[in-house]
Amino acid sequence: MLSTNSNPQLLNSELAVRSRTRRRAIDGAWAIFWYIILSLIALCLALPLVWLVSTSLKTGAQTFVMPPIWIPDPFVWENYPEAFRAVPFGKYFWNTAQIVVFATMGTLFTASMAAFAFARLRFPYREQIFLLVLSTIMLPSIVTLIPTFIVFRWLKWINTLLPLIVPLWMGGGAFNVFLFRQFFMTIPYDLDEAARIDGASSYRIYWSVILPLSKPVVATIAVFSFIHHWNDFFQPLIYLQNPQKWTMAIGLLGFKDLYSTSWNLMMAASTAMLLPLLVLFFFAQRYFVGGIQMSGLAGR
Amino acid sequence: MTNQTIPPKPKRRRGLLTTEARDAYIFILPWVLGFLAFTAGPMLASLYISFTRWEIVTPSKWVGLQQFGKLFNDDRFWLSLYNTSYYVFLGVPLHLLMALLAALAINLNLRGIRIYRTLFYVPSLTPVVANSILWVWIFHPQWGLANSFLSRLGIEGLYWLQDPRLAKPALIIMSFWSIGGQMVILLAGLKGIPMALYEAADIDGANTWQRFWRITLPLLTPALFFNFIIAIIGAFQIFTQAYIMTDGGPNYSTLFYLLYLYRAAFENFRMGYASAMAWVLFVIVLIFTLIQFRLSDRWVFYEGDLRN
Repeated sequence: MLSTNSNPQLLNSELAVRSRTRRRAIDGAWAIFWYIILSLIALCLALPLVWLVSTSLKTGAQTFVMPPIWIPDPFVWENYPEAFRAVPFGKYFWNTAQIVVFATMGTLFTASMAAFAFARLRFPYREQIFLLVLSTIMLPSIVTLIPTFIVFRWLKWINTLLPLIVPLWMGGGAFNVFLFRQFFMTIPYDLDEAARIDGASSYRIYWSVILPLSKPVVATIAVFSFIHHWNDFFQPLIYLQNPQKWTMAIGLLGFKDLYSTSWNLMMAASTAMLLPLLVLFFFAQRYFVGGIQMSGLAGR
Repeated sequence: MTNQTIPPKPKRRRGLLTTEARDAYIFILPWVLGFLAFTAGPMLASLYISFTRWEIVTPSKWVGLQQFGKLFNDDRFWLSLYNTSYYVFLGVPLHLLMALLAALAINLNLRGIRIYRTLFYVPSLTPVVANSILWVWIFHPQWGLANSFLSRLGIEGLYWLQDPRLAKPALIIMSFWSIGGQMVILLAGLKGIPMALYEAADIDGANTWQRFWRITLPLLTPALFFNFIIAIIGAFQIFTQAYIMTDGGPNYSTLFYLLYLYRAAFENFRMGYASAMAWVLFVIVLIFTLIQFRLSDRWVFYEGDLRN
């Protein structure tokens, strides 16, 4: 249980020390053996990615060659602008960006509010309500799908971005509440007491004490929320039937239906959709690690 | 003296609740509203709809258990349940095993291991639509990567996604590519195992094999259990791959539960039928999860148990 209460950054340095002292580095024949195994797995996992990027830079003719050509000759960078001209990816990008930004804001705001109450305030039925929050993690979302669709249809929200944003302003997902709460519980309670003695209200403590100390978890949840809404397919498929409102994910599918034999263009469009995530990953790597460690502890 | 108790800490009270409790309810209000509007309300509503006949444009009509009766007599329904179970019970354990092996591999204390960690994780970032399109290309019978490799091993001309026997295994193989998420959760679990236990085992002269079976695996069971539950619930709702890659075919071999439900609801507008399907799946997943929790006493080991 101890590990649940340390904040992820402390945890990181703690882990670094631990793994340094855990055992001597493996060396000699065993090291070579493991490098071979690791490289084989890495090769299997990397090949589809290489194949994706390589196909995206080939001429149409080069995609239909057996055995496959790995290094395109010539490099057809023109595939990318061509894919972007073929369907209005600019519009899809704009729609997706709006969803990502507003849904993430809602998630951060309302999930942290609920978590603040569960972690720092005393109130009747706190434990029972928190258990209810946790149990919704295991609820298959399909069981709520149809009535939710009908309500949004009745509100005339179909073909607007609202069904993909508004629910996130109402709790922001049980798992995020859980992650925020885990983090908030690591902040010393003396801070709240001191602030209360100075006359601060709960709202003030939430906004000026707890949130400023919680930047790592805010960043982690923002990153995961970004990825989730960027990749989401099912919800946009149901709520956005008008091509003017499509997201990148739906647009990519539409592109596939139009250019089903232009594999080079399809791979270019797919690579373009993956690229922002790779950039995010390389810049925000430590938040991935932090979040994963927190969620890993969910199993304890 | 009367039974006067110690005066409570001065709290500002308004009505029955302390200020703190009142504030707390305001803090959780968005979640509570969301729960009522998007979880509890829709759940009850979908239960009600499952007892009706309703094509959206026509008024709904109460038909009692008729939809469930139709469901249980529908061969497609059973087929979709079979396909989904195949994917869940074959795919999820294999996927978890792969993720565990990968996590053990990247937990090795080797120079440059971080590069491998990144390499193993990155594929799981691929958006599911891009992923599906990529794997249609990889499984292309004529020009795909998969058959190009197999032909070197002397296996020729597999039709993967066009072959009813191979379509589901193909989707399972494809899922191995994105083990990254589970792998890092398990890695965090591995990192959380106290080093002292390994040191003690070393003193007792345990070998690598014994260390794995007696320390690593038992202490990893909570993380495995958590991953297993979440993965099963997710796998029961597999949709996108089948929708994009095979459209349920060939010969309905990848007609998964959610795909069939989606067609009933959003292509045929049979809201009553689809709601009945949703509730049946909910009950299946619930029963399965409860069984898992019950069985978990036998194999999941919590560190706290040591002290008790």
